[in-house]
Amino acid sequence: MSFSVTEPSKGTKWLAGALVIGYACITLVPLLWIIATGFKSPTDSIAYPPVVVFEPTLEGYVNLFTERTRATPDMLEAAGEPQTWYDEIVRERGTVISGPSRYGERFLNSVIIGFGSTFLCMVLGTMAAYAFSRFKVPLKDDLLFFILSTRMMPPIAVAIPIFLMFRNLGLNDTHLGMILLYTAVNLSLSVWLLKGFIDEIPIEYEEAALIDGYTRFQAFYKVVLPQAATGIASTAIFCLIFAWNEYAFAVLLTSGTAQTAPPFIPTIIGTSGKDWPAVAAGATIFLVPVMVFTILLRKHLLRGITFGAVRK
Amino acid sequence: MAQIRIENVRKDFGSFNAVKSSTFTIEDGEFFMLLGPSGCGKTTTLRMMAGLELPTSGEIYIDGEEVGMKPASQRDIAFVFQMFALYPHMNVGKNISYPLRSQGMPSAQVKKKVGEIAEILGITDILNKPVGGLSGGDRQRVALGRAIVRDPKAFFMDEPLGALDAEFREHMSEELRALHDRMNATTVYVTHDQLEAMQMGDKIVVMNHGSVEQFGVPQDIYDWPATKFVAQFIGSPSMNFLDFNGMIGKGGNEVSLNDVALNIPKSIDGANGALSFGVRPEHVRLDDAAAYRGRVKATEYLGTTQIVTLETANGDVKARVASSDAVNVGDQTGLSFDARTITLFDAETGQALRSQANEGVLNHG
Repeated sequence: MSFSVTEPSKGTKWLAGALVIGYACITLVPLLWIIATGFKSPTDSIAYPPVVVFEPTLEGYVNLFTERTRATPDMLEAAGEPQTWYDEIVRERGTVISGPSRYGERFLNSVIIGFGSTFLCMVLGTMAAYAFSRFKVPLKDDLLFFILSTRMMPPIAVAIPIFLMFRNLGLNDTHLGMILLYTAVNLSLSVWLLKGFIDEIPIEYEEAALIDGYTRFQAFYKVVLPQAATGIASTAIFCLIFAWNEYAFAVLLTSGTAQTAPPFIPTIIGTSGKDWPAVAAGATIFLVPVMVFTILLRKHLLRGITFGAVRK
Repeated sequence: MAQIRIENVRKDFGSFNAVKSSTFTIEDGEFFMLLGPSGCGKTTTLRMMAGLELPTSGEIYIDGEEVGMKPASQRDIAFVFQMFALYPHMNVGKNISYPLRSQGMPSAQVKKKVGEIAEILGITDILNKPVGGLSGGDRQRVALGRAIVRDPKAFFMDEPLGALDAEFREHMSEELRALHDRMNATTVYVTHDQLEAMQMGDKIVVMNHGSVEQFGVPQDIYDWPATKFVAQFIGSPSMNFLDFNGMIGKGGNEVSLNDVALNIPKSIDGANGALSFGVRPEHVRLDDAAAYRGRVKATEYLGTTQIVTLETANGDVKARVASSDAVNVGDQTGLSFDARTITLFDAETGQALRSQANEGVLNHG
C-alpha cells in the first residue's frame, strides 16, 4: 500500500474542516450550556422550551458562594439599604446572606489534592519509568504488567477495602489520604506513559553526560528530564484530569475537611431547592484550573524538543 | 595523554560472548583503530575502555592505573558518539562547555576555553546557535569540541564519521587526523571501514566474532595478514585464495599448484594438507609465458587500473593490471605471482603459516 504525498484537494480540505468544526460544536454544546446556565435566573434555567437568549444575572454565582436565610419584610426593613451588589441580588429573593458557603474550601481541597497528587505522581513516575527504561530490573515485564493491572478494575471495586484501610490508618477525610490514593491510582498510567517517552530518548545523551564527568543522577535530571519535558507535561495533564474529576472515591472517603468539589457540587441541589444556576456556576468554576493547566502546558505538548539533535 | 593497556578483557551479555579475551596495548599519542565488521565486539571493547560497559573479566589500564570497574566520569576520557549525542536543549557553546562546568571551572575561564576550541574547529560563528539546525559536519565539530575542551587523557570515537555524507567524510577524516596530530593525544577510533582505518590509523586491531585477529601497523596488516579473515576484510578487491592440497617442508620455498611449481617466501614450520595460497590482486601479473594458466572471465575498468577475473584450476583469481593492457573475456593466459608477497594459510583454521617474510608481524590477540 502506498501513501499519496500530494496536497489534498480543496473539496477534501473543506470537508475535513467542516467535520472538525461540526464535531467541535457537538462536543462544546453541553459545555456552553453549563456556562450559560450559570448566568441564568432559576426560572430561565428550567424554562421549557429552553431559553437560549436570556437576561444574564450573577445570582447563580452569588448563591454558590453564600448561605442565605429567608427574611420577613420587617427584618429586611431593619437591615437597611443593601450594602453591595450581591446583597442586592439576594434581597430581591427576600433573603439575606447569613455567611459564606463551603464551596471555596472544597474548591481549595480539589486544588491541593489534585495538584499535590499530580506532582507526587510525576516525581515517582518519572523515576520509576527511568529505572524501567534504562536498568536491568529483575522480572521487569512482570512488574510492568502488575503495575498496569492495578488499573484494570473499576475504582469502585476496591472502594470498600480502601475505606476500611483508610479508617484504620486514620486517613479518612484527610488531604494526605486523598493525595496518596490518587497518586497510587495514577502511577500505573504515568509509569507506562513516561516509560514510552523515556525509551525514545537516546541513551547516548546520558552516556555523554557520564563521560563529561556527571553522576548518573545528574545525568538524569540535567539531561534526561529536560528532554522528557514533553512527556512529563502530557502525563501530568492526564493525571490532573483524573484526580480533578474523580468522584467515586471522593464521595466515599471524604465528607468534611478534605472533601473535593465533585462530591460537593451535587449537594448544592439539596440545600436550597433545585438551584441549577448555582450548580452550573460551581461546575463552570470547577472547569477553569484544568483548562488553564492544559493551555499552559500546551506549548510543551507541541514542541518537538529533540528534533534534529540526533541523526537516526 | 596516556598509554592504554587491555589485558584478557572479556565481555558477556547474558549467554552471548561479545568480546573474547582480548589483549593489546595502545601507546601514548597513537591514533589507534579498532576495525571489524558489525557485531565483532569493537564497540563493546571501546565502551569498556570508556567505562560505559563493565568488563566481565580482565583488566584495563589507563596510564598504568587499573580502571576496569571505575565509572566513566572518573576516567578522564572523552567519547565521540556516532550519533554525536549533542544535548538538544543546549546551544553550541553550552554543549562544548558542559564537561568544564561539571568540574566547577569559573565561568570566565570556561568562556575563554570554549572560545579557543571554537577557534581551532572554526565554529566561532555558531556558538550561540541551537544544535538542532546544524549541518552534519558542524555537529561533528561541536561533538569534537566537547571532547577536546578539557584535555582528556584519551579520545574514544565510535564511528564518528559514520553519520556523515560520503563526500564530507573524507574532508572530516583529514580534519580529525590533523586535530590528532596537533593535540597529540591518544585516540582510539572504532570503524568498520577498512579504508578509513588504513588511511588514518597509526595502528590497527582487526576484530572478528569477539576476538582480536591481528594487531599492528596498517602496512603490516595489509601485506602480511595473520588470518584469512583479515586478508579478506582488508583490501578491495580482497586477497585471492587458491585452495590446494599439498605439502611443504621446513624451510621450503616452493609449492605445487595443479602441478605447477610456484615460489613462496621460505616457510618456517612447513605444512601438509589443505592449504590456501594467498596473493593480493596487485601481485598477480598476466604473463603468457607463465606455466600457471587461467581463462579471463570478466574485466572491470577502474580508470588507471582494471580488475581482471580469471578462472583457474584452483578457483577464481582477481588481478589488478594496468588498464592499458588489452584483455578480452575468454582469453587463455598465464599467471605469475610475485613470490615475495605470498602468504600461505591453513585452509582449516584460516591461520597464516609462518614464513621468513611475515615472521614478527603476526600478532594474534
